[in-house]
Amino acid sequence: MIHSLFLINCSGDIFLEKHWKSVVSQSVCDYFFEAQEKAIDVENVPPVISTPHHYLISIYRDKIFFVSVIQSEVPPLFVIEFLHRVADTFQDYFGECSETAIKDNVVIVYELLEEMLDNGFPLATESNILKELIKPPTILRSVVNSITGSSNVGDTLPTGQLSNIPWRRAGVKYTNNEAYFDVVEEIDAIIDKSGSTVFAEIQGVIDSCIKLSGMPDLSLSFMNPRLLDDVSFHPCIRFKRWESERVLSFIPPDGNFRLISYRVSSQNLVAIPVYVKHMISFKENSSSGRFDVTIGPKQNMGKTVESVVMTVHMPKAVLNMNLTATQGSYTFDPVTKVLTWDVGKITPQKLPNLKGLVNLQSGAPKPEENPSLNIQFKIQQLAISGLKVNRLDMYGEKYKPFKGVKYITKAGKFQVRT
Amino acid sequence: HGCHPQPWSGRLGAEKKTKNGSKWLKMENGNFFAPVWYRHDDLKEMLDSNKDSLKLEAMKRIVAMIARGKNASDLFPAVVKNVACKNIEVKKLVYVYLVRYAEEQQDLALLSISTFQRGLKDPNQLIRASALRVLSSIRVPIIVPIMMLAIKEAASDMSPYVRKTAAHAIPKLYSLDSDQKDQLIEVIEKLLADKTTLVAGSVVMAFEEVCPERIDLIHKNYRKLCNLLIDVEEWGQVVIINMLTRYARTQFLSPNQNVSAEAASLAKRKPYVMDPDHRLLLRNTKPLLQSRNAAVVMAVAQLYFHLAPKAEVGVIAKALVRLLRSHRSVQYVVLQNVATMSIKRRGMFEPYLKSFYIRSTDPTQIKILKLEVLTNLANETNISTILREFQTYIRSMDKDFVAATIQAIGRCATNIGKVRDTCLNGLVQLLSNRDELVVAESVVVIKKLLQMQPAQHSEIIKHMAKLTDNIQVPMARASILWLIGEYCEHVPKIAPDVLRKMAKSFTNEEDIVKLQVINLAAKLYLTNSKQSKLLTQYVLNLAKYDQNYDIRDRARFIRQLIVPTEKSGALNKYAKKLFLAQKPAPILESSFKDRDHFQLGSLSHLLNAKAVGYQELPDWPDEAPDPSVRNVEVRGAPQGAGCMGGQGGVSSQGLQRASEGSSVNPFSLNPAVTPPPPQPIPSSSIISTSLVTDLEGLTLTDTSLTPAVSVPHALPGMSRDPCPSWGLQVGGSASHTPAPRPRQLLSPAFGAVRTYELLHRMAGEGLSVEYCFSRRPFPGDPHMVAVHIQISNNTDAEVKSLRVSEPKLLSGMRIQEFPEIERLAPGDTANVVMGIDFCDSTQAANFQLCTHTRHFYVSIQPPVGELMAPVFMSENEFKKEQGKLTGMSEITEKLTLPEKCRSDHAIVQQVTSAANVGRVPCGADNEYRFAAKTMTSGSLVLITLEQREGAVAQLTVNSEKMVIGTMLVKDIIQALAQ
Repeated sequence: MIHSLFLINCSGDIFLEKHWKSVVSQSVCDYFFEAQEKAIDVENVPPVISTPHHYLISIYRDKIFFVSVIQSEVPPLFVIEFLHRVADTFQDYFGECSETAIKDNVVIVYELLEEMLDNGFPLATESNILKELIKPPTILRSVVNSITGSSNVGDTLPTGQLSNIPWRRAGVKYTNNEAYFDVVEEIDAIIDKSGSTVFAEIQGVIDSCIKLSGMPDLSLSFMNPRLLDDVSFHPCIRFKRWESERVLSFIPPDGNFRLISYRVSSQNLVAIPVYVKHMISFKENSSSGRFDVTIGPKQNMGKTVESVVMTVHMPKAVLNMNLTATQGSYTFDPVTKVLTWDVGKITPQKLPNLKGLVNLQSGAPKPEENPSLNIQFKIQQLAISGLKVNRLDMYGEKYKPFKGVKYITKAGKFQVRT
Repeated sequence: HGCHPQPWSGRLGAEKKTKNGSKWLKMENGNFFAPVWYRHDDLKEMLDSNKDSLKLEAMKRIVAMIARGKNASDLFPAVVKNVACKNIEVKKLVYVYLVRYAEEQQDLALLSISTFQRGLKDPNQLIRASALRVLSSIRVPIIVPIMMLAIKEAASDMSPYVRKTAAHAIPKLYSLDSDQKDQLIEVIEKLLADKTTLVAGSVVMAFEEVCPERIDLIHKNYRKLCNLLIDVEEWGQVVIINMLTRYARTQFLSPNQNVSAEAASLAKRKPYVMDPDHRLLLRNTKPLLQSRNAAVVMAVAQLYFHLAPKAEVGVIAKALVRLLRSHRSVQYVVLQNVATMSIKRRGMFEPYLKSFYIRSTDPTQIKILKLEVLTNLANETNISTILREFQTYIRSMDKDFVAATIQAIGRCATNIGKVRDTCLNGLVQLLSNRDELVVAESVVVIKKLLQMQPAQHSEIIKHMAKLTDNIQVPMARASILWLIGEYCEHVPKIAPDVLRKMAKSFTNEEDIVKLQVINLAAKLYLTNSKQSKLLTQYVLNLAKYDQNYDIRDRARFIRQLIVPTEKSGALNKYAKKLFLAQKPAPILESSFKDRDHFQLGSLSHLLNAKAVGYQELPDWPDEAPDPSVRNVEVRGAPQGAGCMGGQGGVSSQGLQRASEGSSVNPFSLNPAVTPPPPQPIPSSSIISTSLVTDLEGLTLTDTSLTPAVSVPHALPGMSRDPCPSWGLQVGGSASHTPAPRPRQLLSPAFGAVRTYELLHRMAGEGLSVEYCFSRRPFPGDPHMVAVHIQISNNTDAEVKSLRVSEPKLLSGMRIQEFPEIERLAPGDTANVVMGIDFCDSTQAANFQLCTHTRHFYVSIQPPVGELMAPVFMSENEFKKEQGKLTGMSEITEKLTLPEKCRSDHAIVQQVTSAANVGRVPCGADNEYRFAAKTMTSGSLVLITLEQREGAVAQLTVNSEKMVIGTMLVKDIIQALAQ
């Protein structure tokens, strides 16, 4: 299926290659470079490229292109999903999935790739299994290894490979047994010129960090599970239990993982926590325009809206901007034409405002469109959908674990049209 | 010290020296750059050292070189020496190196093969598996037979992980040598029958790569695959679902039959009833829409799209919309598929219309795909919302996107008559847009719309005629010119004037514009020759000397048609008809129309072209093929693994996985659904009555560890019975009636089957239990010996909940109990099968047989001959294997054959009845060969019987397992001596 993999950085250097079948020459990447050139923007490189003898399927993650070479029919999502899993694994092992991290750990990367794919077909992609086969690098371990000559590579088959719960490794032991759940909700919205909501939905995830000894069997229940419109599960969750009782029952993997993702989409349920007042105009036959934006809180359930950042892609004709912010600071990049306003916390007493003049290229026609405003924000200790965890029970083990739930709401793809 | 000294290392060393010498000379001759060997000398030294840490360091540097794409092939001899290194990380890195360069250095690569062959026999399953992985990854054609053998062996390994690796190795071997196809199909067939989830995905992948056309191999495994699906790992799920989609298309009828067309004949035809197996597939895949893996969700979505009744397809929309929140590349692929689906099944995505709204931050390719979906979803009720949304898009800074939006508006206008005028007006307004691209695109779209009703829109045509002064985009100019020419009657005054202007600028126009100028001239000449005759002549003359031959040709052709001359032929009369014929309005349709003839989710669908290796999605059959091919004969299977009866009806028991804790037992994955119906056990022989009386005195109480009524093989006279049988309708005391032996062969080894007593009628208080070794593979675990047990209730009360409990086993031994028998009526007999892994020893397996009232201690002790299963090999293979098993592993004994045991038939008969072995063909006629493998460890057992003059013969047994060998010699001699 997957024939070869090339990792390419933004300046077009192939810094890693791995072949699972016969070697494919690096020159196959020329087709990719060609497409990349044509696309101008990295975001627009087609994920699937057809070449005379191969197909190239690629993803772009953390400034790296993962380009895989395919020789025959295969579901493209299969490859894409796998490549993302590879990037996730690097992230998991090295803390970041960057060119430097990969280059510094090239041997581990190679060992991982060797285990993850056999003859182009995925073999072991569960993080718990991989970690038993190849231990992640730590400073202590690398020192010890260099002295004792012991290795990072396990020599027994990970228990997960054979059991019917491949996501959990056996023999987990902790002195402090803890289970943390982060309920993270993101609001995706499009707000139109007049301030009314064109589209809004909540995308939620529950990320877990579970450090429990032995084989704990957990069940997590919600106060209001019917809120969840569409849910996707980690394989550990027993689907039947959810279907019948709306309880998440599972034997968790060890460590960090995403338990579920969900969506709350009926529109009237979605509270929009901020509003934006805007006045952006470009004068005809003049090389200037006006920019005036105010952000205020709305329906925030008594919580503070913080870490507010606004980014705007200004039209090409904009040369510079002379603005004053009543709160926070702004930057304008005249090359990319991106205006960023780091607002910080919103206090209802004094609404943050950014106002001033826009300098346009003289002689250029007045821009047709007013730019959209992209807003980011965070609200701590609140799940905007109202989802609440009721209780967490543990079976199968005798100790008493420490449990914690944290809620947070963020802006997802939150866009205000002007 | 970590490495085995290799016999050939010395020779290589010598070779290196001479090489060094010659290269050194070269360098002295003026080669300034250090040759490759020189650069890597330090690495070679490190590899040759006896410190593991140095070797590891060297291998790490070498792997880093490979990763960067640098050539490290010259290090091959130095690296390959370390293939047997004890340090596991060094070994693994050597494997990485070997797989990378073996193809280039085939001869040297062969030196490593023996290490892997040794690894294949290692007791550690990870080492067996990785040896097979590397061996099968070395692309050296000469080792094809070795690979084949290794795969075959691994396919019946006790570890499912090794079997999975075997499945992975199949496509590797196939790509190396496609002549092995037939043999590989046999292995695939065998692995398809495997019941562990670990193997299922990998073997289906092998099936898809090697023999996707052999749909017949799937029949018997279909229901099992459906039921295992939920527990298979994600990647396997994708492959299985895609394969089952194709399978279902060949085996079931379409659930969406065309009702209207066949309304008349409907009465005659049987109403459509969905095959329960079809339903099973739909039901068992549905929960996977909730998978976190986008590829799995997509696979289920395409399965529903291609297989589900119309009313049920809707469920996939929600899941697909969820995927839109994922990474850009996932979005891209999903949107392509949604675009195709939304043409056929618009209703399904309508509730999610707003999820396809476009943000200014979306990349252009995503914007355009979303636009495509929005256009497909447009209908009379939502068009006003969509058009309002489009209005926002038209003002975008992304001009490619704006152009696509204008096209989309055009498509909405053609499809929905109600909004045609609104759209047209909107587009006309765009004609005064500042951006030329926008104007040009609008012109092109307006042209197409006007063609639908030109008469009402002469104003627009006039407006557009004026644009020729300003607009420079060739396509737009060409469109305007074509419009004016086509509808010149509607703009009689303007048209000649436009032609005049165009004649002036003709030489500077683009080719497509020139062609349209000629067209315009021709049409005007035909309708209004007075005003345009000279202009036309002028244009045609210019065109005659144009650089482009298309234009020259066109001019020549048109001149002949329209300008009447003496020579001009009959066509001249029809010139007007030719040029001014009513032209059908173009249909603006989606480029995704009919793309669903490709299987959705496939690469071919995405590219809209058949990719290499694409398997066509077959059309539904008109008549359903025989559904009974999927029926699985239920042997007394353990816990109902894979027995789903004809109902197709295992309620989707999946997703209750994980409840079983860390159990490694493959059976626990597949909880029983229906208890397997009692099946008649193949007949077998019965113990002579005399023996029964002998043992009657024994009571079976608490002396659990003494083999109670186990009947050792040494009891003579038992197999003497020439036609032994187990009466099938055993009941009461009638059980001892000898009956003729049934004809069907009972086991691959064709031996007569003996029966042993487990619990005598007297000791069991009316319950009598007998068992025999059926010599059939035990379903679900190749390492277990299948023991058929026949239980007869000779009491006059019902016996309830018969089951096995408290097995007392030596370490390593395992028992797979038979499913509990709930009730056994008086006089009835039940047959069940249990599996015992004896760990290649003749130690008895002790356990209790429980009823609702009593416990009986019983034990089963296998004759040594039952601890093995036949293997089939060629004479050469036999000799080769025998050559490896000499010395301690060889046991030879002389014997004298009795009178009646000298014929071929008798000898074979006696040997195969004493041991479960397979006959190996033999060239010499006074020699007999047999081969088998022990059940647990898979060690070979080779038997040779050489008949010398007359009665004298020599028996040789070769086996690693010396104890087994010795016992076997004894047993065979005893069998032959009778």
